[in-house]
Amino acid sequence: MNLIDLTFSEARQALIDKKISAVELTRFYLERIEKLNPQLNAFTAISKTALSEAATLDSKIASGQPVGALAGVGFGIKDMVCTKGLPSTAGSKMLQGFVPPYDATLVRKLKNADAIILGKLNQDEFAMGSSNETSYYGVCRNPWNPDYVPGGSSGGSASAQAARLTMGTIGTDTGGSIRQPANFCGIVGIKPTYGRVSRYGVIAYASSLDQAGPMVSTVADAALALETICGHDPLDSTSSSRPVDTFSKSLSSNIKGLKIGLLKEYQKDSTDPDVQKVFDKSVAELKKLGAEFVEISVPLVEYAVPMYYLISASEASSNLARYDGVKYGYRAEFKDLSALNLEDFYAETRGQGFGAEVQRRIMLGTYCLSSGYYDAYYNKACQVRRLLLQQYQNIFQKCDVILSPVTTTPAFKIGEKSADPLKMYLNDIFTTSTNLAGLGGMSVPFGFSTNGLPIGIQLTCNHFQEQKILNVAYALEQISETKGKTPHVF
Amino acid sequence: MIDSKKIEHIAKLARLKIQPENVQQYSDQLSKVLNHFDQIAQIDTTGIEPLVTPTEIEIFHRDDFAEKQFDAENLLQNAPDRSGNLFKVPPVVG
Repeated sequence: MNLIDLTFSEARQALIDKKISAVELTRFYLERIEKLNPQLNAFTAISKTALSEAATLDSKIASGQPVGALAGVGFGIKDMVCTKGLPSTAGSKMLQGFVPPYDATLVRKLKNADAIILGKLNQDEFAMGSSNETSYYGVCRNPWNPDYVPGGSSGGSASAQAARLTMGTIGTDTGGSIRQPANFCGIVGIKPTYGRVSRYGVIAYASSLDQAGPMVSTVADAALALETICGHDPLDSTSSSRPVDTFSKSLSSNIKGLKIGLLKEYQKDSTDPDVQKVFDKSVAELKKLGAEFVEISVPLVEYAVPMYYLISASEASSNLARYDGVKYGYRAEFKDLSALNLEDFYAETRGQGFGAEVQRRIMLGTYCLSSGYYDAYYNKACQVRRLLLQQYQNIFQKCDVILSPVTTTPAFKIGEKSADPLKMYLNDIFTTSTNLAGLGGMSVPFGFSTNGLPIGIQLTCNHFQEQKILNVAYALEQISETKGKTPHVF
Repeated sequence: MIDSKKIEHIAKLARLKIQPENVQQYSDQLSKVLNHFDQIAQIDTTGIEPLVTPTEIEIFHRDDFAEKQFDAENLLQNAPDRSGNLFKVPPVVG
């Protein structure tokens, strides 16, 4: 039995039919991690209890008890999602060695479904980055070409999943951090509608934008993982009470008559010809499958990048104020205590504990929220955000989903963009508006660049309409050029 | 637009110690980014309420009784320094 190609449901069935044990399946993946992770640096921590948890699952199966939908499925979890007993550092020195005393709600849901947590995954520090290059724990590499970035901020999740060190992973997306790395690494990633997945236990970057979601190898697995982690949580006051659809049961590649919107504002001369070619092919294929295309316009998407960076930096400056070295996390060492005051205690700790990009964004956010600038910057951006949402709600009356590239280029080389922060921010041109409007978004792999790097297609839906993007992705997956291809590091 | 003096002021507000040799670089980088933000100013937002939560806001209530979630010991596990059930810090107050 080929363990690498097992979908979640197949793995669960194989366990129930006793074709394989949870211990064997878990050991298989732990061995892959041991063998391949040194080349990728996708994992920041590996669970020491995964095998015993698998053994417990095997006893449960042997005793005839029913098992959850994700039974035996080995998951890697992005480091900023709290896992009881496993370090959760958010890719930062500030939380080095921090071991949460609780699981994030989404982790608890995965465990309740009998998934096995394999370890924690590398990421840009506090989710601030698009390449995994700001991680305190070192760069992570793209399995398709290790000289290239896996994307970010969920770089470790994408890298681990593409190289099949995991059966599934969880990432988070604030401005594209699930969709962009999924795109760069040739896997499926979905950012749910804001409020679908509880943020309790997800270390906060920008509270009105953050959402966690699955980064996996197939659309069917994405659907199953999504319905498992969605749901109202009393511990997250922004979590939606909408009932969770069983996305996996309604998955269908029949998209005849579905209206797909093409954004006028996304026709960019700056889009790489390989990306454009793969995108054009997806349009042609979807037409053959009976989808109808509509040209739409959301003029304010042109401002999505500055809006996103302004709003997220502002929210981050507030969220990261809690890291002060008092009750947990990094604390600076002080030799001369006689002259020490509280302000210096905080400033030294934070100055040493946070990396440059995090400090930049905290300062940006502090400036935009400060007296004399709040109205012109943060408040103004929030007003424009309402107008952007209104524009999206209008066009979703004309179409069911929006189709676009995920990024203007495939993955870039490690070091290529890290010197210029603004250049790095402009990478997010196609993804940030989704978070601003709280919409659902997905990346599904569809083709390759001429030098063998994956290229995906982005699908965006209105609030709570994830079934529609899952179905279009499912249709694209069947005819994707990436099917059956494996990366260089595998 | 954001000179070194301003950087020092913002760093103070944010309780961030910036090394003197990095102040100029941060000033250049932040100025560039803020210039990029300025394009938002030209959008007409007369009479528009700011939006923060992008989906429907729902109010949930719970019964008003205390629930125990953690032991003090759990919460002290990650303390940089402790003394019994107390978080220990250097003498910074008073």
